[in-house]
Amino acid sequence: MNEMHLWADLPPQLLQDWPGELTNGKLWEADLERHRLEEDQQISSWLRLGLRVGEGQQVFLIGSLNTQAPSTMASRGGGRGRGRGQLTFNMEAVGIGKGDALPPPTLQPSPLFPPLEFRPVPLPSGEEGEYVLALKQELRGAMRQLPYFIRPAVPKRDVERYSDKYQMSGPLDNAIDWNPDWRRLPRELKIRVRKLQKERTTILLPKRPPKTTEDKEETIQKLETLEKKEEEVTSEEDEEKEEEEEKEEEEEEEYDEEEHEEETDYIMSYFDNGEDFGGDSDDNMDEAIY
Amino acid sequence: MTQAEIKLCSLLLQEHFGEIVEKIGVHLIRTGSQPLRVIAHDTGTSLDQVKKALCVLIQHNLVIYQVHKRGVVEYEAQCSRVLRMLRYPRYIYTAKTLYSDTGELIVEELLLNGKMTMSAVVKKVADRLTETMEDGKTMDYAEVSNTFVRLADTHFVQRCPFVPATENSDPGPPPPAPTLVINEKDMYLVPKLSLIGKGKRRRSSDEDATGEPKAKRPKHTADNKEPIPDDGIYWQANLDRFHQHFRDQGIVSAVANRMDQTSSEIVRTMLRMSEITTPSNAPFTQPLSSNEIFRSLPVGYNISKQVLDQYLTLLADDPLEFVGKSGDSGGGMYVINLHKALGSLATATLESVVQERFGSRCARIFRLVLQKKHLEQKQVEDFAMIPAKEAKDMLYKMLSENFISLQEIPKTPDHAPSRTFYLYTVNILSAARMLLHRCYKSIANLIERRQFETKENKRLLEKSQRVEAIIASMQATGAEEAQLQEIEEMITAPERQQLETLKRNVNKSINRM
Repeated sequence: MNEMHLWADLPPQLLQDWPGELTNGKLWEADLERHRLEEDQQISSWLRLGLRVGEGQQVFLIGSLNTQAPSTMASRGGGRGRGRGQLTFNMEAVGIGKGDALPPPTLQPSPLFPPLEFRPVPLPSGEEGEYVLALKQELRGAMRQLPYFIRPAVPKRDVERYSDKYQMSGPLDNAIDWNPDWRRLPRELKIRVRKLQKERTTILLPKRPPKTTEDKEETIQKLETLEKKEEEVTSEEDEEKEEEEEKEEEEEEEYDEEEHEEETDYIMSYFDNGEDFGGDSDDNMDEAIY
Repeated sequence: MTQAEIKLCSLLLQEHFGEIVEKIGVHLIRTGSQPLRVIAHDTGTSLDQVKKALCVLIQHNLVIYQVHKRGVVEYEAQCSRVLRMLRYPRYIYTAKTLYSDTGELIVEELLLNGKMTMSAVVKKVADRLTETMEDGKTMDYAEVSNTFVRLADTHFVQRCPFVPATENSDPGPPPPAPTLVINEKDMYLVPKLSLIGKGKRRRSSDEDATGEPKAKRPKHTADNKEPIPDDGIYWQANLDRFHQHFRDQGIVSAVANRMDQTSSEIVRTMLRMSEITTPSNAPFTQPLSSNEIFRSLPVGYNISKQVLDQYLTLLADDPLEFVGKSGDSGGGMYVINLHKALGSLATATLESVVQERFGSRCARIFRLVLQKKHLEQKQVEDFAMIPAKEAKDMLYKMLSENFISLQEIPKTPDHAPSRTFYLYTVNILSAARMLLHRCYKSIANLIERRQFETKENKRLLEKSQRVEAIIASMQATGAEEAQLQEIEEMITAPERQQLETLKRNVNKSINRM
């Protein structure tokens, strides 16, 4: 049946106006649509009556079922009505009967919080539920304290302050707080920091960033050897033992702090400029993890 | 990965590791395998930050690396592994139920740190346990080691792949990244360590309070100078085993709900016997004979052999087909059909979701379509005995949410719509995937909501914290009732109520996750 090709070529179009609402009798496309529906109904009723359409025969109904007719009418209308009113699915099969009131067209996106028809299921309570809840909160808090939690560097202040010199910059930016097993990681991930210290072999470990005060350290050391207390001397001696990296790092840290402390007469908390009080919103939240 | 999953991964990484790691991690998830410089360039972060982030991610098994030709190392993120972070509390709780507090802490340490050596784990766990014990008692390393060995024997922890010990025969430069290997048999082999010691309690007098230069503490006693005996042997938590355990739990509870306690015990025994022997994605367990099952039943259950046989026959005849009979030797060979069981569990979940979301009549239609596989509109109305209009409405609601789909069967070769059958059907696999995706989306929403709520009420939370701290310190120093009352009143009643609401909401959102 060659007229079938015509139907196959027409692209399925979204029907925009349901016939029930549109037909004000003025638009001829609406008339066409109504026509077609009537024809469909007639065919189905005929089929039910047992009327058979043999092959090659064409049944011409009143009002013309002829497939040529709609397309010519459409082309007269400039192709506007072509394909319009044709549904991609059989209305009856899907369950929309004739003359049924269809839902109104949606003119806006669905509401953000639509009212719930059914209440949600209650939360797990009881011992297990409580324990798992407490566990979750504790885990979140614990994870923030671990060295794996990398905080972005505190942005530099606009004007340099005197107290900046004496503030420990905390978790140093270009080093890691923990020691991974470097044998297991690609070599390129090791962060090396150049050291200005003497006699430091090139150990591929994260090191403290170079401090410009280090040169001063050494000179002050030499000058003020007598004034320094014993622990300073031990730290100096220890620094010269380069094999013990961990010891080095820790004592170096303390050494630096004490070194700083030696440069001034005040304890470190003197230089606390009150920035941390109430400003560390992140840190405060650690204590109350809900 | 879908957008919703990526969003959830980004929220999880941000909560647990901070912004920098989150940026790098999400970039890797989105773009796949990349070398170091490209990551730094694309995300606009400094090279050092990228290196730090990658170290953290690799440590936690979230990113793997591979050496490609010309020495380029590429890093790839594993989105599914990031999503497993949601289940950490559940893993820890499972370890607690199976191996009590010691096991719980071991698994917690392993999960929080990614990988650790056994000695490090044992030491840390012993210290933690010692702190919670009463004064004077300490936790022995041996006990913790024993629990660790038991965890390894039941495959809950496994060894990480390690660097193969190559002889230094190749004169060329060392490879840019080590290739890690692991042998199947070695995965659960516990090294012979003699860890002797007790947990140390962290005493406050040990900590230096002021910044005055003091005599340095005798640092690093002898044990640090010794080489760690199990250097290089790292352990990680075996997530697949936990998932297997959850699956078993699900099956056992399903059987208990459907039949009775005894049959669930029988199924639990069967699953336990095939824990180690069956790979985790097998369709069914190894066949077990009824005699073996009888011997392995837990000691408390003294049911006779005939009763056991009856139960087994009942289980095998059940239409749900959790248990199947595969032979008659040894008193009857029985298997557990794992895939079928999981399929039924998924279907049951879908049904319950439809019921909770749309109502019981919709659930009836859903179960009907499930059972009959394909139904036309008219048939649905007839079988479900629901009037046409309502049935239509319900079907379309479910169709719009993708629980039900339409199957077209054309009568003519050109698929003309008027001459095509449209059948409603349920595609279980795709519906289950859709549900999972929806869950991820809702978790992401919940996390956002919780963050929003905490941010809104930050001031109030801080105030309540301070008040609590004050009360605690005053109680410690022995204050009077009146003073405590006064301090408690610092938080006014409406504030208290606000706090309560906030706590409840946040707890709710955490709980639902």
